[in-house]
Amino acid sequence: MALVEVRNISKIYHLGGEEIRALDDVSLDIGSGEFISIIGPSGSGKSTLMHILGCLDTPTKGTITLDGTMIQDASQRQLAGIRNKKIGFVFQFFNLLPKLNVLQNVELPMIYGGQSSRERKERAMEALKMVELENRSKHRPSQLSGGQQQRVAIARSLVNDPRIILADEPTGNLDSHTGENILKLFRNLSEEGRTIILVTHDPEIAAVTPRKIEIRDGKVATKLDAKLAGLDRSISNGMGGH
Amino acid sequence: MNFFNTIAVGFKEVWAHKFRSMLTMLGIILGVASLVAMSALVKGMENGMKETMVAMGGADKVLIEAQAVPAYQEHRADESTGRTLFDVEALRLNAPMLKLVSPEMEIRGPILTRGEKMVNPSECVGVWPEVLEMNLHTLRHGRFFTAMDEESASSVCVIGTGIRDDLFGSPEKVGYEIVPIGELIEVNGQPFTIVGMLEHYEGEQEKKERELAKKVADETKSGPTRMKGWGRRGGWAFWRKNYTLFMPLNTAWLRFRASTGTNNVPDPRLSDIDVKVADFESLESSIQQARNVLMMTHKGLEDFNFRTQENQLDSINLQIKNARLSGGIIAGISLLVGGIGIMNIMLASINERIREIGLCKALGATGLAIFTQILVESVVIAVLGAALGLVASNGLVELLVLVAPSQNAPVITPEAMGIAVAFSIGVGILAGFLPAIKAAKLNPIQALRYE
Repeated sequence: MALVEVRNISKIYHLGGEEIRALDDVSLDIGSGEFISIIGPSGSGKSTLMHILGCLDTPTKGTITLDGTMIQDASQRQLAGIRNKKIGFVFQFFNLLPKLNVLQNVELPMIYGGQSSRERKERAMEALKMVELENRSKHRPSQLSGGQQQRVAIARSLVNDPRIILADEPTGNLDSHTGENILKLFRNLSEEGRTIILVTHDPEIAAVTPRKIEIRDGKVATKLDAKLAGLDRSISNGMGGH
Repeated sequence: MNFFNTIAVGFKEVWAHKFRSMLTMLGIILGVASLVAMSALVKGMENGMKETMVAMGGADKVLIEAQAVPAYQEHRADESTGRTLFDVEALRLNAPMLKLVSPEMEIRGPILTRGEKMVNPSECVGVWPEVLEMNLHTLRHGRFFTAMDEESASSVCVIGTGIRDDLFGSPEKVGYEIVPIGELIEVNGQPFTIVGMLEHYEGEQEKKERELAKKVADETKSGPTRMKGWGRRGGWAFWRKNYTLFMPLNTAWLRFRASTGTNNVPDPRLSDIDVKVADFESLESSIQQARNVLMMTHKGLEDFNFRTQENQLDSINLQIKNARLSGGIIAGISLLVGGIGIMNIMLASINERIREIGLCKALGATGLAIFTQILVESVVIAVLGAALGLVASNGLVELLVLVAPSQNAPVITPEAMGIAVAFSIGVGILAGFLPAIKAAKLNPIQALRYE
């Protein structure tokens, strides 16, 4: 059984009497350990799909099973628990809390998970080691570079050992060199067997992942747009080492 | 997320915005301070009133007053004998519900002299030894009157410390306490030997002031001594007790009433009969019993009346209740305003933390966790404000005493402090409720997109 099974989901918004189908009858499977990118131009519905995959939102129609749990009917409280235990988020703008230091930021998901403070510290340090930032644990986010901040965010997404890591434009706010490093990090994590979903509109990033899903007008496109999916040789050549 | 963690985060959040939190707390600080200070003032007032009440003989004392005969008995007015020792004896023998009967015969317009010094006593009365218990007097030096004094109408007297102060010198001026036992003074020109002196009576406030004055070095004064300020310092009731002169009842009767009276008998009318009831609960029936006895001795002529201190007690209680209520309402309003301030700042605070709240939700915070967090922050502000308010209340009370000194020192009670703190916690919870619900209901997707 696939890790994520999406079956015929639709998301319909009502905007002033007008019906907007952000997602229209989408079905897909994501297996455990897969490294995939969800691509699509802005307004295509990929953000909505990501929110549903991330249990931040529920579909209007259809079913979605995550790690054996049906989540389309879950309560807000259950969704919060699933987000906490099974999903790690990485955002475009890092979303670190400026008041907390690096270690505390990484500990944050475990605080809501209810782990003891000793366990929190140990696991947060472990996660920081994976992103090679263990010597910055006492720094504030504002004292770090953009790339370092994003690595802290990745450490935070890893700390509860989730089944899926959802990264929304993780390199969108970084220069290309730093972005490459972040992508390398994702690739390493993928090689360790983690399931990673990259959401992007950037072909360079989509080129990194073995599998690509394109969303167009709220539907899964049957034929990938070569340029958007990073299948164009001239672009993928730029991604050294692959 | 455990509770201590939540509180710790709450404190951190408050600390992160020190100035803003301080301003917010100010409302609670002032509210708590005014609540505590107000109740301290009322408590001081209450203590002063109760003290005076006790100094005047307590609540179970009943005065039998003279009264003009009622209109329907007007034709028999000339039969009225007034209150005499006959009534006293009758009450003692026939009214067992009274535990104490104390007759008083007052000497009007008394002047006490010793050499060139003179003083007008507040009371110059012939009494029985019962008066000590009746008016809650304590004999400090010497003795009270014996049956022998009473029988032979000896010229002996017991004085209060005020009279001693004026005729012999006060401890404050002389430097030591003079006990004038055995000395002679003149009461309206007649020599009396002092055989006893009463205790010095004073209120709590006077006592404090006197002790304070002892510590402060005497400032040298020039010119004549003057009364400072308006009126007497200290309670009227205490002044009255200290300027008392007692002599045996027979002495007062034979030596000071001889010029009035009929058939060579000095005027036997008493100026006062005070009684104390044995059981305060049955005050009404005790008074009825005494009334029955007196109706017999007065041949059915109602030329007397009973006055209890109950009325006074009621009016004291009413005054205190009113003061408490008005002060409480004002302090309550200021606490409420403080609460509105907290709510305002919490709403502003969650508005600027929308992204943070969205993130926490994405990381797995439940609505309840966010709700608790905001509520705890609000309560932390309120509790800190209350704690500072308690400190401020001490200062406020000092300030009030300085600006408006009164004989009733304000007393800060733990009850008032407890109520103030509990009330501000309540205000904190109430003020945090709406912002907390708003924060808990935030949609994480929109909150994360919020710029």
